[in-house]
Amino acid sequence: MTQSELPVLTKKDFESDQDVRWCPGCGDYSILAQTQKTMPDFGVAKEKIVFISGIGCSGRLPYYMNTFGFHTIHGRAATIATGLKAARPDLMVWVITGDGDALSIGGNHLIHAMRRNVDLKMIMFNNRIYGLTKGQASPTSPIGKKTKSTPLGTIETPIIPINLVAAAEASFIARSVDTHSEHLQEMMHRAGEHKGSAFLEVLQNCNIFNDGAWRDFTDKSVKEDRMLVLKHGEPMIFGKERDKGIRLNGMRPEVVSIAPGGVSVADLLVHDETTEDPTMTHILSRMWWPDFPVPVGVFRRVPRPTHDQLLVEQIDGAIAARAAKGPIDLQRVVASGETWTVK
Amino acid sequence: MTTAGGSNKTGEVTQLDRVTIRFAGDSGDGMQLTGTQFTKTAALFGNDVSTLPDFPAEIRAPAGSLPGVSGFQISFSSDDIHTPGDRPDVLVAMNPAALKVNLGDLVPGGGIIVNTDAFNEINLKKAGYAADPLHDGSLKGYNLFEIPMSTLVVGACEGLGLSSKQVELTKNFFALGVMFWLYERSMEGTERWIAEKFAGKEGIAEANRRALRAGYAFGETTEIFHTHYRVPPAHLPPGTYRNITGNEATALGFVVASKLAERDLFLASYPITPASDILHQLSSYKHLGVKTVQSEDEIAAIGAAVGAAYGGALGMTTTSGPGMALKAEMLGLAVMVELPLVVVDVQRAGPSTGMPTKTEQGDLLMSMFGRNSDSPIPVIAPATPAECFDMAIEAWRIALKHMTPVVYLSDAFLATGAEPWLIPQIADIPSIAVKNAPAAGPDAPKFRPYARDPETLARPWAVPGTPGLEHRIGGLEKLDELGTVSYDPDNHHRMMLLRAEKVARIARDIPKTEVYGDERGDLLILGWGSTYGSIRSAVERLRTRGKRVAHAHLRYVNPLPEDLGEILSRYERVLMPELNLGQLRMLVRSKYLVDAVGFNLVRGKPFQIGEIEAKAESLLGESVEGSK
Repeated sequence: MTQSELPVLTKKDFESDQDVRWCPGCGDYSILAQTQKTMPDFGVAKEKIVFISGIGCSGRLPYYMNTFGFHTIHGRAATIATGLKAARPDLMVWVITGDGDALSIGGNHLIHAMRRNVDLKMIMFNNRIYGLTKGQASPTSPIGKKTKSTPLGTIETPIIPINLVAAAEASFIARSVDTHSEHLQEMMHRAGEHKGSAFLEVLQNCNIFNDGAWRDFTDKSVKEDRMLVLKHGEPMIFGKERDKGIRLNGMRPEVVSIAPGGVSVADLLVHDETTEDPTMTHILSRMWWPDFPVPVGVFRRVPRPTHDQLLVEQIDGAIAARAAKGPIDLQRVVASGETWTVK
Repeated sequence: MTTAGGSNKTGEVTQLDRVTIRFAGDSGDGMQLTGTQFTKTAALFGNDVSTLPDFPAEIRAPAGSLPGVSGFQISFSSDDIHTPGDRPDVLVAMNPAALKVNLGDLVPGGGIIVNTDAFNEINLKKAGYAADPLHDGSLKGYNLFEIPMSTLVVGACEGLGLSSKQVELTKNFFALGVMFWLYERSMEGTERWIAEKFAGKEGIAEANRRALRAGYAFGETTEIFHTHYRVPPAHLPPGTYRNITGNEATALGFVVASKLAERDLFLASYPITPASDILHQLSSYKHLGVKTVQSEDEIAAIGAAVGAAYGGALGMTTTSGPGMALKAEMLGLAVMVELPLVVVDVQRAGPSTGMPTKTEQGDLLMSMFGRNSDSPIPVIAPATPAECFDMAIEAWRIALKHMTPVVYLSDAFLATGAEPWLIPQIADIPSIAVKNAPAAGPDAPKFRPYARDPETLARPWAVPGTPGLEHRIGGLEKLDELGTVSYDPDNHHRMMLLRAEKVARIARDIPKTEVYGDERGDLLILGWGSTYGSIRSAVERLRTRGKRVAHAHLRYVNPLPEDLGEILSRYERVLMPELNLGQLRMLVRSKYLVDAVGFNLVRGKPFQIGEIEAKAESLLGESVEGSK
């Protein structure tokens, strides 16, 4: 079926017949709903879409998508996606993971999937806790966090996921919030449109083991003052009154008030997703409430050849180069090197 | 050296039916190269050959030290041979350390050719010699030939304007030249190789050529050797041959399997000794459409292979023991999702990092049981380097037909050892039929990803991209047929039995066990994997002495062949030599309640024929004395 013949699909087409089994009130419900809503955007047939997950609450998501789905093992979803995409460049591959799955047990694979620019779209549910195993500290838990496994508080510095994947050369990096449904849909849409490794961090609430982990700045009543929505080509302005901005002072960002005769919009940082140099992504990723508004949006989007594309190019090139010398004969390959005949 | 019956001494030529040579020197001395060149030359001449490279894991251990000694043993013969020889007849020792490490293996009265220039005070000290063994009478029982090779190459390379270090590096070709003369071999093949290898570096090429010729001329003109030797060509079956190592044959087998199944080959692998050469070779087959990824770790490698298999390709990974240990969880996933997958474990001496370049058969039980729960996986094992080709194809045939991961157990001895290979006609190899689950229309009944083939119990291969087959799989227990997640106790029990039965039924799909020797008798020697050559040779020798002995060799270790129990029952005793502490024996004893006797050596080396022979003799209640 060619793309033009595709029937127009709706959210319903992407809902599987399985009962959704997350805890009532879990942020995952919203992420699932936005995922199902976004899928028709791409004009890709259902059977060409694959959702691959690891272990954790997020790992359940593929069961609820009426596409191909593979619920794999802890931390390894990216490896399976890498092989699948290399073998089948025609498929659209999504990886669903969590902060423990992607950053702890699967940390190595995350780094390498990003640097290879495997054409996968990774949605990382970050709830700063291990939920499925009932409440241990995760690599994004803030220092001092008291959990079942850290009764006196964690003594480990948390990972900043966006900082990490930027260092790993991710070609698309974005952040959104589970309950900010429109923004989340937009980010999923843009991740899906990107060719290459797309990393989308979703700040997600675990209402059982870490309720309110992000509430201080994601709550409806405060988010405009405490979050910065990044928009490509636009100055970094935030606040209910749109009267605050981010200015760069040397290498350090600072929050400024926009006022007549004072700081003007022209003085503010203008967001550029497409800068090759990842320095701004690193700077933005470290901006955190209460010192700064927490940025969401697309941090980085740079074009780079994908892993499967380069792999196929090398193979096609080698086949063409070899074919120019005559037909490729497997018998001759098997009989290569020095041979002798016994009569 | 085995002299042919009524040895044919014409002047200074002695005819022999088999010679075993070991080249030994510093790991920087080019001994592997020298051995390989001699092997090629012997094979091209028409001898049957078998080789045993033996090198340290260190790329360059300190020069002159005992751990830095690298060796290459080759046996060549006018008969069909199965092993690289128990003990060398001739030792080429490029320095004192090489002499010290290898002397104990040499046959009594064997020849020693040494580079006397390396026997200086420093090197003797590094090797731990208090006195120069060339002059203290300790080598009295051997035939010692002293050649100042370093000095002679300096003379040969005069006028080429090379540094003394560059000249010194050619001494291995001098040694090779001497050996070529000693065994009446042509220098042509090696000279061709030198020209190709050093194309554009004419000085170096010329130096190596001169060193080679100088060695040959030295043999011819000096009085040092009283005789030289002739090993006539072997009577091998007619056809075109090439020399092949186990790793080369394995890689080629996979490429051919991909052609036979009409599926893309995808290899993801993490570098590990002694398996890396398979990755290297398959990476060079881009023009054959082979996709390879050097993964970030062992787990990622098998993960990518599972992903490729899920996508409909021949997804595979190659590793050795430590890597195999890391792959256990993903293998369990492959068992659960019932996808075809081939995992190559080129076994090496363990546990842990062990001895990376040395051989062992220690990963059998890990392959069988090294996963959580009952997680059955078929295990197959090639017996000789050339047979790796057939078994690589066989691995894919089983994986695809039975929808299961397959473990292919090679080892360091097979991987790096070489033998002549009668090149098969690809067109004559049966194709591997592969069917994917067909697309389903909107009105089709719900797709059942775990519906099973009634004969094999294989589930359908339902690859992404097939309309109407959208479904979810994973590591959680599956509801029978429908494949959805199930915690139902009876369903779990049924699925456990189905997975076990599926693998057990592969026994119906494998060849009968060949028995060499007496159909009934006093002793059956049962082996698997790379011990084939040593066991076969031992059984041949025992039988020439009238012993009622037979040899059965397993290529299919799980499931075991259906006829094995009956075969075991036809012999008074069963002996099981293994390069581990009795792993297959544990399986055989428990399955057949047979009192099999183990013979287990774990020294990182293959069995010597004589060792198995002696063990068999002792079981037969007789002495091996006087039979040599």
